Amino acid sequence: MEGAVSKTSIVALLRDAGAAAIVAALLAFPLLGFRLVDSAQGLSLDTRLIWVVYAAAVVFAGRFLFSLARVLYEARPRAVARPKVAVPGRARYLVGIALIAVALLLPWLPFADRNIIDKATLILIYVMLGWGLNIVVGLAGLLDLGYVAFYAVGAYSYALLSQHFGLSFWICLPLAGLLAASFGVALGFPVLRLRGDYLAIVTLGFGEIVREVLINWGAVTGGPNGISGIQRPSFFGLPMVPASPDGATTFAQFFHLAFSPNHRIIFLYYLILALALATNLFTLRIRRLPIGRAWEALREDEIACRSLGLNPTMVKLSAFAIGATFAGFAGSFFATRQGFISPESFTFIESAIILAIVVLGGMGSQIGIVLAAFLLVGLPEWFRDLEQFRMLAFGAAMVLIMLWRPQGLLSHREPTLRLGGVKPLPVKEAGA
Amino acid sequence: MAYFLQQLINGITLGATYGLIAIGYTMVYGIVGMINFAHGDIYMIGAFVSLVGFLLLGALGITWVPLACLLVLLFAVGFTAVYGWTVERVAYRPLRGSQRLAPLISAIGVSIVLQNFVQLGQGARVKPLPPMIDGSFELSSSGNFHVTISYLQIGIILLTVALMAGFTYMIRFTGLGRAQRAAEQDKTMAALIGVDVDRTISITFIIGAALAAVAGLMVTLYYGVIDFYIGFVVGIKAFTAAVLGGIGSLPGAMLGGMLIGLIEAFWSGYFSIEYKNVAAFAILVLVLIFRPTGLLGRPEIEKV
Repeated sequence: MEGAVSKTSIVALLRDAGAAAIVAALLAFPLLGFRLVDSAQGLSLDTRLIWVVYAAAVVFAGRFLFSLARVLYEARPRAVARPKVAVPGRARYLVGIALIAVALLLPWLPFADRNIIDKATLILIYVMLGWGLNIVVGLAGLLDLGYVAFYAVGAYSYALLSQHFGLSFWICLPLAGLLAASFGVALGFPVLRLRGDYLAIVTLGFGEIVREVLINWGAVTGGPNGISGIQRPSFFGLPMVPASPDGATTFAQFFHLAFSPNHRIIFLYYLILALALATNLFTLRIRRLPIGRAWEALREDEIACRSLGLNPTMVKLSAFAIGATFAGFAGSFFATRQGFISPESFTFIESAIILAIVVLGGMGSQIGIVLAAFLLVGLPEWFRDLEQFRMLAFGAAMVLIMLWRPQGLLSHREPTLRLGGVKPLPVKEAGA
Repeated sequence: MAYFLQQLINGITLGATYGLIAIGYTMVYGIVGMINFAHGDIYMIGAFVSLVGFLLLGALGITWVPLACLLVLLFAVGFTAVYGWTVERVAYRPLRGSQRLAPLISAIGVSIVLQNFVQLGQGARVKPLPPMIDGSFELSSSGNFHVTISYLQIGIILLTVALMAGFTYMIRFTGLGRAQRAAEQDKTMAALIGVDVDRTISITFIIGAALAAVAGLMVTLYYGVIDFYIGFVVGIKAFTAAVLGGIGSLPGAMLGGMLIGLIEAFWSGYFSIEYKNVAAFAILVLVLIFRPTGLLGRPEIEKV
């Protein structure tokens, strides 16, 4: 190994690391070297230039070690043609089954306490949102930066319908999906004719419009304070409360169990698991239907689709509306789980997280989305103690994962149909 | 009429800052074909660096306002440009040529990192700066309503016009501008005839960041309060401006910025201040429906 790294290359690496350290010092000088302190006398400056030195040192060491590791890695004796790690269809299927089995058994595992199930529920919400957005982004290739708007529509429809009309969760769920879908159609109809990037910005703007309306239309949405006291879901009409106020049988009484608040936690967990799996099943099946094929065909080549007689606007609109429906379902689940919703929960960062889950997972890969949701939502939850650094690490992880695997963690873009043995041509990326 | 005039002046001032930021979006989009989502945060960094610069000069005893402003301008432009360059080098360049969404996700990650970096380094509280440039001209007065244009507003508008003129000259007539236009049309071909594409793209990011820093300085002086989150909404609006003007078109970015600024000023002046962002986006949607290439954009012909 020693021979691989010659003296000159060490010098080159040191020089490179030195340049990186200088850049780091320049970056750190104005914003880490000084701190703005506001007091009664106005703003003053707190000097702590030592931080600039720290930043430069960290970058120097990091850059040097990273490049050294890379040089050593590239110089190592190679085995003959490394076998490519590819998950074949069957193994993928088995992994999926195993994951579902673990998910089903989770509440009964010995280490599963309330905390773990709560976190698993949260991850599953994002898995479901990821699977829903995957229809729009992964299958139809439409860039949607305002997905959270449909999530918000779902959450507020359930909250308002149940508060004003006393409708139960199970009636509101399809209604919320329907409402979210109609918002999707209303937004999508005018803008889906546009090119991808315009669509991105219009959906981003739409997401912000929905949030602003939620904040400012206080009479209906409760403004920034949101809506609290949202009705919890019932198990086929059996409420999950210690004692029912109107004398109805509670869940615990019906099954002759001692009341425990955990019942509801576990019930909510299974509820979102069922909703998420329904989304997954729907996606897997619809990919085989003509409409699903049309989505993927449109993603790959819009002009070819048009010349084959597909109406791009209608095909895109259907993907947009169906994606929105699932966001609506997830939204009403969110509302019933939290019991309280406010515009705070529907900021752009949520859309960004969901989109990141889809893209990091490898667009179109259902298992990849589960993995990405676990990485992006699950891991930060476990590190809540490092509250301040959580989002910093989250952003950095997004960049690093993209740099490491630009095509996503588990990417496969296999066509569902293939002419006998003919390899597909490499897809030319737009804008490249 | 007087009220109208006052809103017009305010709108143009606001539009000037949006326009400067929009240029960064539109240039990068034109040349690399990506939405540089972190650009709004580069502007936020510019505002913070300006504020640090002012306090630093105050500590050094330089208090003559024109000199202080000039020095802070250089300080902010210089350091913010380093940020722009680093972001491109670290987060975007390795992803050139990969799938279309990869740089966008990376850019969203950078945006989150920059916001939280400033929040951790400088605190989450709003940072106030006492007004430095006072005084204004009175243009007309009817009754007790005075139409005024402050020295600061004049300065902002003049600086923007000067930057735009210099910038247009650079793109049209210098070698760098030619290289940028060549790389925008066809990167491979440009490289074949000797344009250093990587360097051109780096410079594009540096220029974009420098203009955003100027906008950040202006806003720091104009509003006097900044926080780590200002980049997001302004970034979206500036991008809206770029799309409105026709993305990839530089005069379009300026025009779009002006329009967004005016719409916002008039909407808050005549209707409701709460829904001013909604108005800006609604106009964007309308323009895109009826003129999908933006106001000054060229129609794009899709080929197989």
